Amino acid sequence: MSLPRSPEAATLDRVSAVIEPTESPAPVGRDFPAGFLAARSRPGETITLGLMKLSAWVSIAITIGIVVALLIPSIDFFRQVSVMDFLFGTRWAPRFANASFGVVPLVTATLWTTLIALCTAVPLGLGAAVYLAEYAPWRVRKLLKPILEILAGVPTVVYGLFALTFVQQTVLRDWLGFTTGAFSVLAAGLVMGVMIVPTVASVSEDAMSAVPNALRQGSAALGANRMQTTLRVVFPAALSGIVAAIILGVSRAVGETMIVAIAAGSQARIVGGPLEQGLTMTSFIANAALGDSRVGSLAYDTLFAVGLLLFVITLVVNAISIAFVRRFREAY
Amino acid sequence: MSTTTLSVPRRLGRAKGGEDSPKAMAFMAALWFCLFVAVLFLVVLIAVTVIEGLPRWDGALLGNYPGPDPLEAGARPAILGSMWVIATTATMAIPLGVAAAIHLEEFADPTNRFNRFVELNVQNLAAVPAIVYGLLTLSAVALLGLTNKNMVIVGAMSLALLILPVIIISTREALRAVPIEIRHGSLALGASPLQTVIRQTLPAAVPGIATGSILALSRALGEAAPLLLLGGLVFLRFDPNGLLSGYTTLPIQIFNWSSRPQAGFHTLAAAASMVLLALLMAMNSLAIYIRNRFQQRW
Amino acid sequence: MTRTYTSRARELVDTPSPVISCTDVNIYYGKFRAVSDVTLEFGDREITALIGPSGCGKSTVLRSLNRMNDLIPGARVEGVIDYHGQNIYDRGVDAIEVRRRIGMVFQKPNPFPKSIFDNIAYGPRVSGMQVDNMEELVEKSLRDAALWDEVKDKLKQSAFGLSGGQQQRLCIARTIAVQPEVILMDEPCSALDPIATMKIEDLMQQLREQYAIIIVTHNMQQAARVADRTAFFTAMASEETGDRTGQLVEYDTTEVIFERPADQRTEDYISGRFG
Repeated sequence: MSLPRSPEAATLDRVSAVIEPTESPAPVGRDFPAGFLAARSRPGETITLGLMKLSAWVSIAITIGIVVALLIPSIDFFRQVSVMDFLFGTRWAPRFANASFGVVPLVTATLWTTLIALCTAVPLGLGAAVYLAEYAPWRVRKLLKPILEILAGVPTVVYGLFALTFVQQTVLRDWLGFTTGAFSVLAAGLVMGVMIVPTVASVSEDAMSAVPNALRQGSAALGANRMQTTLRVVFPAALSGIVAAIILGVSRAVGETMIVAIAAGSQARIVGGPLEQGLTMTSFIANAALGDSRVGSLAYDTLFAVGLLLFVITLVVNAISIAFVRRFREAY
Repeated sequence: MSTTTLSVPRRLGRAKGGEDSPKAMAFMAALWFCLFVAVLFLVVLIAVTVIEGLPRWDGALLGNYPGPDPLEAGARPAILGSMWVIATTATMAIPLGVAAAIHLEEFADPTNRFNRFVELNVQNLAAVPAIVYGLLTLSAVALLGLTNKNMVIVGAMSLALLILPVIIISTREALRAVPIEIRHGSLALGASPLQTVIRQTLPAAVPGIATGSILALSRALGEAAPLLLLGGLVFLRFDPNGLLSGYTTLPIQIFNWSSRPQAGFHTLAAAASMVLLALLMAMNSLAIYIRNRFQQRW
Repeated sequence: MTRTYTSRARELVDTPSPVISCTDVNIYYGKFRAVSDVTLEFGDREITALIGPSGCGKSTVLRSLNRMNDLIPGARVEGVIDYHGQNIYDRGVDAIEVRRRIGMVFQKPNPFPKSIFDNIAYGPRVSGMQVDNMEELVEKSLRDAALWDEVKDKLKQSAFGLSGGQQQRLCIARTIAVQPEVILMDEPCSALDPIATMKIEDLMQQLREQYAIIIVTHNMQQAARVADRTAFFTAMASEETGDRTGQLVEYDTTEVIFERPADQRTEDYISGRFG
């Protein structure tokens, strides 16, 4: 619609000259040369934006790099060792004259440490998360969250040393009188469990905090106490986030290296019980790295074959976790 | 924050389902117990490390080179090596991570399939075990045909790859916390998108980015696994003095000493752990201080 | 019914040249058509108010005038928005150049987390304006925004220390520091108390001497108080998809819109029977 005229305008047209607006000098924004809106080239800007885009692509390059770096030596490895022998063989002795590459012993050690770690981390982490999300007064939260952060920040070698000297020797052997050697998957797993408590706690606390308060109030209005509200309303509502937290814990436990390298032992046997020692996939890689493996040798390729298996496991575990997180984000 | 405020009158609280019912009290006690165990563990860990390490908490620890005698050996090259490696890691990872985060958060179209893939990929990379980054770097070194892996820059590269996704994620969170209105205000004044980021969004996000980066670096400082693969476990009798210099780091030195059978070396490892813990606590405190002191409240 | 209209409204004796004219403008968010077929001219050195119920597309139209809609992924404008002979949505038009000439003040005051001085100086600095004396420009902008006396002693202090109303006037001062021709205001008073609102309205009357002002407001009294002309928008459900699409119903001088609207829907809205 074109500019509507004032109702009086028609009748007052004659006096319009009287109210001619006074011209002020045209400021900068009033200068309209031809093409005044034309896109200017800003080369500095274009280059900077391009560099930032390139930086983001570096993450893709890293992923491709990981896949290629793991695959190529692994392919060499599987030319000499069949996939079946690798995945289902029960004897791991890559450096013996009579070499054997059955990865099952490494997997059992990893399973034991991961399982023990989860049995520690899930109850402790969830309990801490429920307390922080549903019960803790603001001040207590403010005090406890940094403590959990410190727990997450303790270097894994320090945890490993603690598992070796205190948990294994002092607690398990001297205090509890268990018959166990210098190393055990139990000591490593327990300490690893505490290490992943902050991970489990913070992710599941986020999930529970995201549950709308209206649900809690609705439950309270029906006469439920906090425990009932937490267990019957908040927990189910946050379930996918909590599952994601646990799975994330699994992926950290599977990939953790230093604690198991220090405290779980170095003999590659099928682990039958928590007090036995065992060589996990990660600690095999760490230990093998100490000996010098020539590039291209079978020993060198073995590292990558085990690394590939580790990478695939964590990738799958993580994909499941992300899928669960997505689901709970969608819910709220 | 989502604590519910229930105002149930006290005298009704005795009812079976009330806040004071035995079940509810036991539940609360169990929650307390979980936190108590976690905190207790931390206290015991620190106490045990200190008690064990105290006999070797001396000047020789900081000033001497490692040696065969656990009463004389020190961690001097390892401490210096850690500093070299962390400084190099920071120089590589922070600019790259911040730039990538700016692109993803401020410029990339979130509905674009490729960008969503990049985002998912960063999340996945954050969960890849540290030792895999060691394998990646090991391959890269082999590809370049380097016979000597034990160089500061190589070790730093593996750690930079390790913390890059963490820095990207925390930087994006810091950028996201800057209200959209600030960007709109800047753009409406005729600032270009890049000017808006550099002069408004990024400065406002700096405290968050600094906090996230320091925490990521403290993770790198405590990490040993990838460096083990890269020949970081060496016996050094000199101080690292450049990017191509040989090095070892504090966590590796601790690993080395703790894998010796003699108890004297375990003492030494505990003393070195104290140094490492002190460094990490200092970094964490700095991060928390920056977060509390400089974080803009909108 | 007696209403007081601005004195200027009675002086709209001749229609000055339009500063922005929209022709058949359709605005889409993805596939959803948010606004359909708007044809409308905005006069120079006048205040034009866009009113209508929530969801009628008035803010969308406003944001399309300086290409702030570009920031919303999937937003698309069809039709012509002519500014001095240029369609601002033509290929090769620089949105940054558009925004330098067509400034915007937002619903919520959004000062930058910087000093008052730097808030004002930001626009001229980023746009590379030739400024001989920044102090002078800052002072003039603050005076023009009727804020100088309140802040002249604390120019170096954070803008966050100001009250909401002062912050909004600071945002106006910041906008006029880059000397635009048009100022868009998106419900500039909705977050302010009545006294602060009154100050902004007074300020708008002064600014009209130099700028074209286009304001979106929820507050009909405000439109009646400040605007020379008023455009009434409403949302109509599409027959095919059921999507609610904003439409321009009626555009006239404020007096006509409020006293003798031509369209029944305008009448219903103005008299409070709808929306």
